[in-house]
Amino acid sequence: MSGQQGRISRYFGLVALLALTVFFLYGGFAFLRAWHGSKIVIVLLAVVWGIGSVGLLYTVLNAMAETLPRRARSIALPAVFAGPALVLLFWFLVLPTLRTLWLSFFDESSLKFVFLENYRFAFSDRIMLEAFRNNLIWMVFGTAFCVGLGLIIAVLADRSRFEQVYKAIIFMPMAISFVGAGVIWKFIYAYKGEGVGLEEIGLLNAIVVALGGRAQAWLLYPGWNNFLLIAIMVWLQTGYAMVILSSAIKGIPAEMIEAARIDGATEFQVFFRIIIPAIRGSIVTVTTTIVIFSLKLFDIVRVMTGGNYGTNVIANEFYLEQFTYGNTGRASSIAIVLLVAVIPVMFYNLRQFSERKAFK
Amino acid sequence: MRKKGIAAGSLERRRGGSLVNLVLVILCLVWIVPAFGVLVTSFRDSRDIFSSGWWTVFPHRAWIKTGEVKVDPKLDLDGEISIEGKSASFAEWREGVQVSPERRLQWYGNKRTLTLVAQERKWVGFGVNLTLDNYKGVLTGGEVQYKNGNGDTITRQGNNFADAVLNSLAVAIPSTLIPILIAAFAAYAFAWMEFPGRKTLFVIVVALLVVPLQIALIPVLRDFTKLGLNGQFLAMWLAHTGFGLPLAVYLLFNYISQLPRDIFESAFLDGATPFTMFVRLVIPLSMPALASFAIFQFLWVWNDYLVALIFLGDRNRVVTSALAAMVGEKGQDWHYLTSGAFLSMILPLLVFFSLQRYFVRGLMAGSVKG
Repeated sequence: MSGQQGRISRYFGLVALLALTVFFLYGGFAFLRAWHGSKIVIVLLAVVWGIGSVGLLYTVLNAMAETLPRRARSIALPAVFAGPALVLLFWFLVLPTLRTLWLSFFDESSLKFVFLENYRFAFSDRIMLEAFRNNLIWMVFGTAFCVGLGLIIAVLADRSRFEQVYKAIIFMPMAISFVGAGVIWKFIYAYKGEGVGLEEIGLLNAIVVALGGRAQAWLLYPGWNNFLLIAIMVWLQTGYAMVILSSAIKGIPAEMIEAARIDGATEFQVFFRIIIPAIRGSIVTVTTTIVIFSLKLFDIVRVMTGGNYGTNVIANEFYLEQFTYGNTGRASSIAIVLLVAVIPVMFYNLRQFSERKAFK
Repeated sequence: MRKKGIAAGSLERRRGGSLVNLVLVILCLVWIVPAFGVLVTSFRDSRDIFSSGWWTVFPHRAWIKTGEVKVDPKLDLDGEISIEGKSASFAEWREGVQVSPERRLQWYGNKRTLTLVAQERKWVGFGVNLTLDNYKGVLTGGEVQYKNGNGDTITRQGNNFADAVLNSLAVAIPSTLIPILIAAFAAYAFAWMEFPGRKTLFVIVVALLVVPLQIALIPVLRDFTKLGLNGQFLAMWLAHTGFGLPLAVYLLFNYISQLPRDIFESAFLDGATPFTMFVRLVIPLSMPALASFAIFQFLWVWNDYLVALIFLGDRNRVVTSALAAMVGEKGQDWHYLTSGAFLSMILPLLVFFSLQRYFVRGLMAGSVKG
């Protein structure tokens, strides 16, 4: 009986520990919210508290689960291990999807049921249609330039002794934020205006003037300005395409290429008949990833033009509807449109996943 | 991977000529010049930034004013004007006329000034005027002063980038480590534990990989408002954890499920509980995968603007929102914009270049994510 008693007292101890943990979690939060001291101290405390809390929570919950009888334990342990992740996924992705769908059937106050009215707006409003057109331009040209340039660089670099240097340079913008890239390119497109003795400080205008042209306010040209923004995405994302495609090219058996060359194939034939078909899978992956990326694109447009001058995109219109015009219903319907647009990719991923039979 | 023996021979033959290198060098220049221009500008004096392009810091030949030439008032200014042996119309003098290969004259102002500015072609750009003032100005939260192109002194409120960098760290470090921990626990459970609904739940995780986060912003924002979390670091940790989890669980599952079964069995026979196995075996063995995801997530969180814009707002601004705010408020203050942009890039670039190998691995494994 003493074993039983020991277990019970241990159990009580653990409940007390759990209470203490919760106290630590909430106490830390309340303390950080209320305290106005040195910023560095706050940051350090927050980091330690945040990460410590998670570790502590798992340790305590696990210790409690381990005291349970064998049968209950076989359920409780997976619940402790996978539970937090599932709860967060449910709270932050699954449930919000349903709630957004629900909200999309209501008006801006979320009180009056309007059914499909918001979707009628999403597919007929002039600004939305412009955003759809721009997203299409982004998806077609942005993706084509990223994948095309990435492929060319990957193939060329494969033949150079300085491959690593070239690749590191093209890859570098991957580490830069879209906002940072926005500043970099805004400076390239900078325009000072007309005037005597004015020297353009934007690189593009300086080049145009040096070639005998006239300086322009580039970002104000409807239609063309989209391509100037796309250049930023190409600058940022070509490295990604290059890295993935480069490793796929290195995976092609050298014998295959050698055999083609011995049979008298030109370099162009090797490229189009052997390299491209061999890395088709990677090209599809890269293309899909960049298409989804350009579909959700927000930061570049937000920072560069705010969606003005004919550069609006869907994700920016979502932001404007919700946070500038306060129209939750419309914003929700735009979010749902974005979701529906990626559903084919979702199914493709699921099919790939079940074909791989990774799950035993 | 190529087989070594064959590769040695074929590599020789596949080596491209100088044309290949030329194309690559040109492309690399196109890639590097935009960022380089910002880097150079961020160290230039504010007056110089407004009056000349950043490329002028390099030695080059330019027309430099050396003196003035007065015109004889008796000259007829409506016809051809002859000065220093060259004759041209007033409009042409106004544009500037080269009187000798090394000397140029340009009419100053309107006709009544009767003055020409003499310029000579000289090498300039050796004594570059570099300064750290832009960085000082952008880091501080107090008032800052600088001179514009005309030499006028302008006073502005600083953007407090020092605070923004600290905020970014407070957001990014836990937002990287917390999802890793939670995802590793879950990946271990999915890979090595039996529980009802295991497969269905994992299929949901895979499906969630490409869900655009716009779908979650409005409902989550409502929850955070109810809980009083908006503007708090905790809100950012939760949001980034939630949005980052599908990829984290997926990547770590792929790795952890490939660990050899034997080690778990022998550890089990030695009486190890799942928790000790996780801490002593899974975590150390999965370090490469954990590192890959950590870099991925860190760069994503540090560079994120949308989530910070919505859940942090103007309190506790992170570097991206501070920079974006600066673009909106001071779009022409290039001395601050460039130094702010560069400050926001230092840390991710360091992480990126020192750990590129892991990052590439994570990228390969995670390219299903949108």
